[in-house]
Amino acid sequence: MAGPSAEDVKVLGLSLSPFVIRVRIALRLKRVEYELVEVRITEPKSEILVKSNPVYKKIPVLLHRGKPICESAVIVQYIDEEWTDGGGSSSILPADPFDRAIARFWAAYIDIKVKVPVFAIHQIKNKTFDAYFFDLNQLPAPVRALRFETEAAKEVELAEQIRQALGLLEEAFVECGKGKGFFGGDAVGYVDIALGSYLGWMMALEKAKSVKLLDAEKLPRLAGWAERFLAEESVKGLVPDADEYQKFYAAAAARTSATPA
Amino acid sequence: MARAAAEDVKVLGHLLSPFVIRVLIAFRLKRVEYELVDVRLAEPKSEILVKSNPVYKMIPVLLHRGKPICESSVIVQYIDEEWSDDGGSSSILPADPFDRAIARFWAVYIDDKLPYLIRALRWEKEAAKVTELVGQFRQVLGRLEQAFTECGKGKGFFGGDAVGYLDIALGSCLGWIMALEKGKSVKLLDAEELPPLAGWAERFLAEESVKGLVPDADEHLKVYEVATARTSATPAA
Repeated sequence: MAGPSAEDVKVLGLSLSPFVIRVRIALRLKRVEYELVEVRITEPKSEILVKSNPVYKKIPVLLHRGKPICESAVIVQYIDEEWTDGGGSSSILPADPFDRAIARFWAAYIDIKVKVPVFAIHQIKNKTFDAYFFDLNQLPAPVRALRFETEAAKEVELAEQIRQALGLLEEAFVECGKGKGFFGGDAVGYVDIALGSYLGWMMALEKAKSVKLLDAEKLPRLAGWAERFLAEESVKGLVPDADEYQKFYAAAAARTSATPA
Repeated sequence: MARAAAEDVKVLGHLLSPFVIRVLIAFRLKRVEYELVDVRLAEPKSEILVKSNPVYKMIPVLLHRGKPICESSVIVQYIDEEWSDDGGSSSILPADPFDRAIARFWAVYIDDKLPYLIRALRWEKEAAKVTELVGQFRQVLGRLEQAFTECGKGKGFFGGDAVGYLDIALGSCLGWIMALEKGKSVKLLDAEELPPLAGWAERFLAEESVKGLVPDADEHLKVYEVATARTSATPAA
């Protein structure tokens, strides 16, 4: 099936955002060409972003024939359904309704239990960070309510939350993958994309804070999965490495300190 | 297509939870019989709840042939796909991928905004803060009215001619909205301000698939405390 030309499919986003990465992997899996349009996500936000996502003004936004679709989980499912190959090899969600329900469950879990502490822990050392990616007021009450003696204590607690979530996902990997190499089985699927899109950030965190999150000793299956995921054709080059994230933070910090308060 | 006998399909939960109501409406739409099993949510939680939803220990849980599915939006999509009639009249999500994406987006928005606002408003005692929360609530409903125009395309429901995914997502919250309006003497879904949405709410609650599943304000207030506001002139308790 001929894919649409690049003018038909635009992705508003930045290459470092896990949520944008998800959309790009999904489009790669479907062999759909697209144009990545970088937008300004801090005030004043790009006009095209505000116009196409007036509710949240966040990335990613998929523009297909000019019509916007927002929210990464919604976009990935749209890509799966719009460029369906009738349950063939490029299917992102599994075919069976129960397996689909399990995949959606774990993707939703990841976007609470991995996303929130990963964002929060980044915010601690990188005060500029939240302005770029995340509104801290959106953190659920239990996280906001965490009171710590020091920021170091908060980091320790958040890192532990991430490890616990990954521990559950290591078990989920067995349930979903059924002995194969990915959550999706033989091929990268919905949960692989949901979790794998965070790998660059997690590696950056591990490096910057000398903390182990995806500990290969404690989580051998997940560690193996991560390696396989990053080596996949559909993923290669889309997940920035730790250094790219570090460079981004450094540049953002420099811009912020140079700006008068 | 033979429908599952009630022993095959169990829903853990109770009617005062919007998330449980969603699942039950979905089953009514598909004419699938189920058994509603009330469970203990306070510690110590019911064993069946802990066993079937070990991650969150929350309702609803759908048990289909003994296999658990959790999270209301996941369950409703499962019901739509498992008892699919191939895009026929009982389809919950629309057929077109773009329309599905729009429905899913607004359902995400609803779950992003309403549970927090319902909880916050329920417990807020300070009059000024109540006013602020009511303002936020009305803004959210205002956006959803715009969504209604976009999705419904002139028909009676977000789903068009029939109740669909988004109707279920929002409609399941109507009981709590009415309970808060009564309990706190405020207007949230104001028929003067949002006539199309108010009309939709009436239609929704009158639907065959919904009747009896959304408890009214009094039923909520009998069971759940809704803090009444006091003015700043009132001494704190």
